Amino acid sequence: MAILQVQNLEKHFDKTKVLQDISFNLEAGQAMAIIGSSGSGKTTLLRCLNFLEKPSGGRIYIKDDCIFDADDPTTQREADVRRKRLHFGMVFQSFNLFPQYTALQNVTLAKELLAKEYPDYKQNKKRILEEIREEGRKLLADIGLAAREDHYPHQLSGGQQQRVAIARALALHPDILCFDEPTSALDPELTGEVLRVIRGLAEQKTTMIIVTHEMAFARDVADQVIFMDGGLIVEQGPARQVIEDPKEERTRQFLSRYAEG
Amino acid sequence: MLEFFASDEFRTVVSALNTGCIRTLQLFFITLIGSLPLGLLICLGSMNRLAPLRFLQKKENPRWLNAVWGFRPISAICRLVVWIVRGTPLVLQLIALFYVPGMVGWFNWPGGTSSRMVAACVTFIINYACYFSEIYRGGIQGVPVGQQEAGQVLGMTKGQIFRHVTLLQMVKRIVPPVSNEVITLVKDTSLARVISLQEIIFMGESFLKSNMGYSGLVWPLFFTAVYYLVFSGLVTLFLNWVEKKLAYFR
Repeated sequence: MAILQVQNLEKHFDKTKVLQDISFNLEAGQAMAIIGSSGSGKTTLLRCLNFLEKPSGGRIYIKDDCIFDADDPTTQREADVRRKRLHFGMVFQSFNLFPQYTALQNVTLAKELLAKEYPDYKQNKKRILEEIREEGRKLLADIGLAAREDHYPHQLSGGQQQRVAIARALALHPDILCFDEPTSALDPELTGEVLRVIRGLAEQKTTMIIVTHEMAFARDVADQVIFMDGGLIVEQGPARQVIEDPKEERTRQFLSRYAEG
Repeated sequence: MLEFFASDEFRTVVSALNTGCIRTLQLFFITLIGSLPLGLLICLGSMNRLAPLRFLQKKENPRWLNAVWGFRPISAICRLVVWIVRGTPLVLQLIALFYVPGMVGWFNWPGGTSSRMVAACVTFIINYACYFSEIYRGGIQGVPVGQQEAGQVLGMTKGQIFRHVTLLQMVKRIVPPVSNEVITLVKDTSLARVISLQEIIFMGESFLKSNMGYSGLVWPLFFTAVYYLVFSGLVTLFLNWVEKKLAYFR
C-alpha cells in the first residue's frame, strides 16, 4: 500500500502555474528522487507537501487517509495543519538550524515542546525530557556527531550543520522525510558526508523524497525518479531507467546537460 | 579648589541636584519598564494581518477594490499612533498631556510632584514604545523566514516559534538600536522640566534664578552634565554586557 498518494496537485501564484496535475504514489520504505532544472517546481512541490504553501488544487493521502483536498475545506483547517505537518520531515537547502541552540538542543527542541502536550508530562517531566535527550544523543551519534552535541551551529561546518538538520527532522519520526536540495549550499568537498548519511537512511528503508541535482546519487539511492519541467511531471519511473535510459526527449536533453557538466 | 568642594555652596547644590537625579532615575526606569513591553505590543499590532473584510476580495475585482477589502484595522490603528507620536515633538506631547485635559475640561491633574511625574511617565512610555515598536519590527523581520519555516515543519505552534525561535534572535539584532534609544532617553528625561518636573536640569537652573539663598550661579547647570555622563556611562556598560552575553551565537 502506498504511504503517500498525491493526486492532480496544482499550485498557482496569481496567474503563474507553478505546479500542474502532479500525481504520484510513494511506497513505504522507498526513496524517490525529484530532478529537473531550476524553476521546474520541485521545491514548491515539497513545500506543498509540508503545507508551507497551500496547494491550489488536488488531493494528498497518507496511508489512504485524506490529509488535503482542495475541494473540501474541512481538510484545510488551520488548527489541523500543525498535526498533519508531522507526517513529513523537512531538510532545507540552507539548513535553517536554530543558531541560539546547540546541536543537541536543535534536535530535541520540537520534541520537548510536543511532550508538553502529553497528559502525564507534569508527573514524569524529568524522565520524559531525559528520554528525549537520550534519543537526541543517539541520533547525533548515528550521524557521527556525538562529539559535537554542545556546539552551536556557527561552530560547525556546513556539512555538519546539514547532518544535524537531518537528525532534527528524524527526531520526530516522520512518515516521510523530505530533502530540498540538501547539498546545494555546500562546498563540493562537504557534499559527500551528507550524501553518505542519506544513503544510510535509504539502506534502513526510510521513506524519503529527495529533490537533488546529484544525478549519480539519485540513480544509486532512489528507487523511483520523477523528472519535472515547467511545473509538470515529464517522466517518472525506476531510478536507473529514467536516468540511464530516459524515454522522453526533454529528460534526455536535461540529463545530457549534466553529463557535459 | 579643594576648599570649594567642602564649601556650603557646593554641598547645597549637590544635595539639590541629587534630589533631581532621583526623579530623573525614576522617570528613566519607569519609562523603560513600561515602554519596552508596550513597544512589543504595538509592534505585534502593526504587523497584525487581521482583515475582517478580506472575504469580499475576488479575483475579478479591480485592484483598488481588493485593496480596500484587504484593510487591516489593528495594523492601521497602530501605524497611525506610531506616525503621530514619532511625528510630533516630545515636548509638545508632554505639554499636551499635562495641560490640555484641564483646558478642555476633561479633568485636572492634581497639583504636586507626583502627578507631574505620572504625566511625564505616561508621555515618555507612549513615546518610547512607538520608537521601540519600529525597532522590534525591524528585528523580527530581520530573522530569516527559514527559521519560522523550520519551526513550522517541526510542528511548533505560532506562539512556540515566536518564543523559542524568533525572540532571542530578534533581541540580539535589536540590542544596538535599542542602546541608542536608551542613551537618548537618559538625556530626554530633561524635557520633563517643561511641565515643571524637578529633575536634574530643573534643579541646576534653579540656582541661576534663585534657590536656597543662592542666585546667579552658572556652574550648577553645567555640573549636571557630570550626572548625565556617569549615568549614560553605566547604561553603556550594562548594554555592552548584554551584547556580550548574546555573542555566543550568530
